Amino acid sequence: MKTTLQIAALLVALITCRSALTRDALAEGQYLTTIGDCASCHTARNGKPMAGGRVVPTPFGAIPSPNLTPDHETGLGTWRAEDFYQALHSGKAHDGTSLYPAFPFTSYTKVTRADSDAMFAYLKSLPAVRNPDTPNTLRWPYRMRSLMASWRLMYFDEGEYQPDPKQSAQWNRGAYLVQGLGHCNECHANRNSFGAMVTDPFLAGGLIPVQNWYAPDLSMGPEGGLAGWSEADVVALLKTGRSSKGSALGPMAEVVLKSTQHLTDDDLAAIATYLKTLPPRAPVRQRGNAVDAAQVAQAGQKVYAQHCADCHGADGRGKGDAYPPLDGNVSVTEPTGINAIRVVLSGGFAPATASHPRPYSMPPFAQVLTDDDAAAVVTYIRHAWSNRASSVSPNDVRAYRSTPGGI
Amino acid sequence: MRRSFGWTVLAVFAFACAAHVKAQEAAPVPDTLEQRIAACASCHGPHGEGGHNAFNPRLAGKPAGYLLRQMQDFQKGLRHYEIMEYMVAPLDEPYMREIAAYFAGQQVPYEKHPTPAMSPAAMARGEQLVTKGDAAKGVPACMACHGPNLTGVQPDIPGLVGLPYDYVSAQLGSWRTNTRSTTAPDCMATVVSRLTDADISAVSAWLASRPVPPDAHAEPAGSVKPPLRCGVLGG
Repeated sequence: MKTTLQIAALLVALITCRSALTRDALAEGQYLTTIGDCASCHTARNGKPMAGGRVVPTPFGAIPSPNLTPDHETGLGTWRAEDFYQALHSGKAHDGTSLYPAFPFTSYTKVTRADSDAMFAYLKSLPAVRNPDTPNTLRWPYRMRSLMASWRLMYFDEGEYQPDPKQSAQWNRGAYLVQGLGHCNECHANRNSFGAMVTDPFLAGGLIPVQNWYAPDLSMGPEGGLAGWSEADVVALLKTGRSSKGSALGPMAEVVLKSTQHLTDDDLAAIATYLKTLPPRAPVRQRGNAVDAAQVAQAGQKVYAQHCADCHGADGRGKGDAYPPLDGNVSVTEPTGINAIRVVLSGGFAPATASHPRPYSMPPFAQVLTDDDAAAVVTYIRHAWSNRASSVSPNDVRAYRSTPGGI
Repeated sequence: MRRSFGWTVLAVFAFACAAHVKAQEAAPVPDTLEQRIAACASCHGPHGEGGHNAFNPRLAGKPAGYLLRQMQDFQKGLRHYEIMEYMVAPLDEPYMREIAAYFAGQQVPYEKHPTPAMSPAAMARGEQLVTKGDAAKGVPACMACHGPNLTGVQPDIPGLVGLPYDYVSAQLGSWRTNTRSTTAPDCMATVVSRLTDADISAVSAWLASRPVPPDAHAEPAGSVKPPLRCGVLGG
C-alpha cells in the first residue's frame, strides 16, 4: 500500500515536472517567435494569431503569408520538426519546393536546430485555424519557382550561425539575434534588382521596397547612421520605441511593438554590443543639392519657426522624453529624405510600449503645408545645426502625399 | 554717471534676455493628455469639436465605447481612412481607452452646418426613415437604436444630430463600398444595403437639418432595444 502511494506520488511529481518543463519550452519557443517577429507577417490584420493571410508586398508582386497554426489541411499540421527546420535553414517547404525570399530564410538559416525545434513546438501548441493559402500575385517570370534554384545559387548562403571565439558570449548572442531571427538586414540594407539583400557592408541601410521607408545604417561608428548613439540609446529605442536620439517610425514602430519591446534586457544589451562593433563604412554619398537649396532652406526656416520649433526646439534638440531631437537624427539625415517628408506629412505617435505607454504625438501637416513649404522645411532641417544632408524637392513631397502609412 | 546708467540698462536687458531664453529652454512639455494627443487635436479640434471641413468629425460627447471601437476598427482594417489607420496603428487599448474617454467627456457647443437644398418630398422621406423606418424594406428607424432624440446611447451608439450632411452621407456610402465595417454582425451594413442612394441623401439631409437639443447627451445604457442583432452591441 505504502509502495503504491509512493509510486503514485512519484508519478504525479513526474507529470507535474514534465508539464512544467513543457511550459518552459513553449515559453522559450514563443519568445523566439517574438524575436523573429513571425506574427508581423503571419498574422493578418484582424486575423487569428499566426494563421497567415497578411500580404507581403514586393516589387515582383504580392505574397500572402501562409498559415503557421497546426491545422492539418491549411497549416503546419502535417509538418515535422525537421520540416520546419528545413524551411528556416534551407528555405524549402516540406514538399521540397523553394520558398520565396519574402520569407527571410536568408537570415533564418542562422538559427540553431534547438531554437527551431522550440519555435515549432510553440507553433504546434497554438489552436489550429483553418485558413487556406491565397495565391500570390507574382508577375511572370518571377512566379516560376524553378528560377529560385539559380537565385539560391547566387544569393543564398546556407548555414547556422558560427560563434566567433575571439568575441564575448554577449557579442555572439547579439550577432546571432541580429543576423538570424531578428533578420534586421532584410530591411536595413539595399536590395539588388533580383530582390536579394546586400550583405557587404552589413546593415548599412537601405530603402525598403514598396513600403518606401528608409531603414538606416545601424553602425554606430563616426560615419554610421547611428553615429553618436550609445548602447543604452539602442536598447532604449528597441525596448520603449524612443531614445534620446530619435523615435521608431513606420515599419520599425511595428517591429518595436510586436517584437523588440518584449526582448529581455540581456538580449537587448547583446544586440547593442554587437551593433557597436559593426565595421566602419565609407561615408554615404548624398545626392546633390538643388541649385537653390540655400534659399529653399531659408524659406524652410520660417516654416520651422512657425510649426516645428515649439516642440523640436529652435536648436533642433527636441524636448526631453516627449519630442525627439532633429539635430543628428538619422531619420532626418538619411540619404533619401523620404522619412522626414513622410513624418512631416503624416505626423503620428511613437509606439505605445509597456515602458512608454502614453506617447506624445506629432500632428500631420499634409493639410497645412503646401508641397513647396513641406520641401522647404525638410530641406531646412536636413541642412540646419550639425546636419549636412541633401535638399528635397516639392516633387519628392508630392510622391508621398497619399501614402500615410504604407505598411 | 550716464555711462554707468547705460551699463545698468544693458546688464538688466542681458539678464532678462538670458532668463527668457532659459525659461524657453526649460519650459517643460506639459504632462497632460491634451499635449500628448496634439495629433488628434490638429484635425478634430482640441476638445474634439470637429474640423472646419465636413470630414473631420466632431468627437466631443460621443460615447466612449463608440470612439474606442472606431480606433480599433481602424487598426483592424474594418474601417478605412489612411491617415487614421496610420495614426492609431502604434497605440494600445489602454491608451486608446483613455483618449476615447477624454473626447467623450468634452462638452463644447455644436457648430452649425448648412443643410443642402432638398425637395420637400426628399425631406419627408428622410424624416420617415429616421423616425419610423421603412418596414416594407426591413429598414428600422434610426431612432430605434440611436435614441429618441438621436443623441446616441451609452456606451456604444453614437448620436446622429449635429453632424454635417457630407459626413453622414459619406459614412453611409462607405458601408456600401466596404470602406467602413465593424464587428459582425454588422447591423449598419445590413441597414445601408436596404437603402437607395436617394434614401441616403434624404436621411443625411434630414439629420443635418435637425437642431441639436441644448443639453444633448447620450441616453443611458440599456435604454433602447435594438431591432437587429449588432456585433458592436454584443451580438
